[in-house]
Amino acid sequence: MPRRSDARGQGLFRLTARLTPARFVAISCVVFAGLLAVWWGVTASGLVKPLFLPGPDRVFARLADLAASGQLWEDAGVSIYRIMVGFLIATVLAVPIGVLIGCYRAWEAIIEPVVDFVRYMPVVAFVPLTILWAGTGDGQKFLIIWIGTFFQQVLLIMDNVKRVPWDFVNVGRTLELKEREILARIVVPAALPGIWDSLRISLGWAWTWLVLAELVAATSGLGYRIVTAQRFFQTETIIGYILVLGLFGLVTDQAMKAIAKRLFRYAEARR
Amino acid sequence: MTQPKLSVSGLTKTFARGSERIRVLDGIDLEIPENEFVSLVGTSGCGKSTLLSIVAGLEDHDTGSVLVDGQPVEGPGRDRGVVFQSYTLFPWLTARQNVEFALRAAGLKGADLRDRALEHLALVGLERFADAHPNQLSGGMKQRVAIARALSYRPKILLMDEPFGALDALTRHHMQELLTRVWERHRLTVLFITHDVEEAVYLSDRVAVMSNQPGRIKEIVPITIDRPRPYDITSTPEFMALHRRVLASIREESIRIAQMDDAIG
Ligand SMILES: Nc1ncnc2c1ncn2[C@@H]1O[C@H](COP(=O)(O)OP(=O)(O)OP(=O)(O)O)[C@@H](O)[C@H]1O
Ligand SMILES: [Mg+2]
Repeated sequence: MPRRSDARGQGLFRLTARLTPARFVAISCVVFAGLLAVWWGVTASGLVKPLFLPGPDRVFARLADLAASGQLWEDAGVSIYRIMVGFLIATVLAVPIGVLIGCYRAWEAIIEPVVDFVRYMPVVAFVPLTILWAGTGDGQKFLIIWIGTFFQQVLLIMDNVKRVPWDFVNVGRTLELKEREILARIVVPAALPGIWDSLRISLGWAWTWLVLAELVAATSGLGYRIVTAQRFFQTETIIGYILVLGLFGLVTDQAMKAIAKRLFRYAEARR
Repeated sequence: MTQPKLSVSGLTKTFARGSERIRVLDGIDLEIPENEFVSLVGTSGCGKSTLLSIVAGLEDHDTGSVLVDGQPVEGPGRDRGVVFQSYTLFPWLTARQNVEFALRAAGLKGADLRDRALEHLALVGLERFADAHPNQLSGGMKQRVAIARALSYRPKILLMDEPFGALDALTRHHMQELLTRVWERHRLTVLFITHDVEEAVYLSDRVAVMSNQPGRIKEIVPITIDRPRPYDITSTPEFMALHRRVLASIREESIRIAQMDDAIG
């Protein structure tokens, strides 16, 4: 019937429409290719001066050079190390605290307003202060990442825990479980998929704060290289590194999503 | 006279609403002898769930007493199994693991766990779905697992808050038959909340009708229909007369509430 096939034809942009993983990736790749083509178009046609925006060919050539000389790996290694340590410290502290204030109103009263207060202080404004406190080494980078992510994580995780249905706790109570057992065996597992998602989102912010810290005061790292490149008008390097940062973000985000899919298969809604 | 299994007397419960306190339950008296099936019906918001939560020990009360086997209830316990209205299966566990979770809490270990869990899943006809996660089960199947879980540790009293509320008529009917069978076999004492008058009459030995604002037991209707009850019993004059009687009692209440609201509004 024609109507039926019509419905199929428009199916791609229908609410709740399905999409195979292969098609999903294909569509994403087409979009990236399109963006690349636009970039190439405006530069190759001379519409934009190379000083402001060099063409993709020149940017990739520069990246290849930097990769060959080892510079890229060195810079990336330093930044990845910083982000891992900073993010890990924030996470290790935020998860228990978030769970605690999500479960107990009294703890929420003690901690939540303070966290909410700090959260609204601009992280950028802490940069001079952290340099004063911790110098310009790795410690200061950890500190900035921590300030930028920890407080957000705590609030997100608190929300994740609060969304656990009350009746789950009541089931534990009717089974005469102790408070601690209810917390460890019901509340935390129930909140885990949400917590994982919150961590994934906050990892994206952590990158932003790291690069910021490296832009302002550092002697190594991706952000540092971007500043030095600016000094010598090496626009190719700046753009190349920004692309690399984007790529890292995309890869870690997709990786965390893939892990969640494996770990929390049960949480997937039936469609 | 023998001691009732469950005895509620002079129970009152108030909730704070804004600056005033509203009396949700006001002098509830209800005795349920062992192995009796009692349904609680009443207009929405009359306090049925609140009463059930208090009996379960999940909520405290102001005055009056709740006794199980003559002993005052102090908090929740495994002597009372609860089936909640909302889906409460843990999504990260399979059907079998959900039942095992309860059994482990009750102190079972090792091979016993698995056997008892499977036995109870078989009881609700779901042994084939033992390894399925809740997101692979339909609403009715989830409630069946929840019933298996609540029964697995052999509570003497089963408290159920509209367990079949979200189910279609056919599934509901299956669940009612299943529940009757389980109730007969395990000699359970059941307090069952429902909105469905036919369900209440079909399942129960007695139907307690609650009044609203404040919540009281308005009337207790004995259901004098022989058991076992085939499902077509619902079209007999005897059944329909009881059905009408309970319905009229509830309707009286909702009309009174509507008039009260009109007077206020
Ligand atoms: N925690 C609470 N705080 C304040 N009021 C409450 C609370 N719990 C219940 N109530 C009030 O108590 C009354 C009875 O609630 P309850 O849930 O027991 O009704 P119900 O008879 O189960 O209704 P339904 O049939 O719709 O489920 C309602 O008016 C409700 O607003
Ligand atoms: Mg209710």
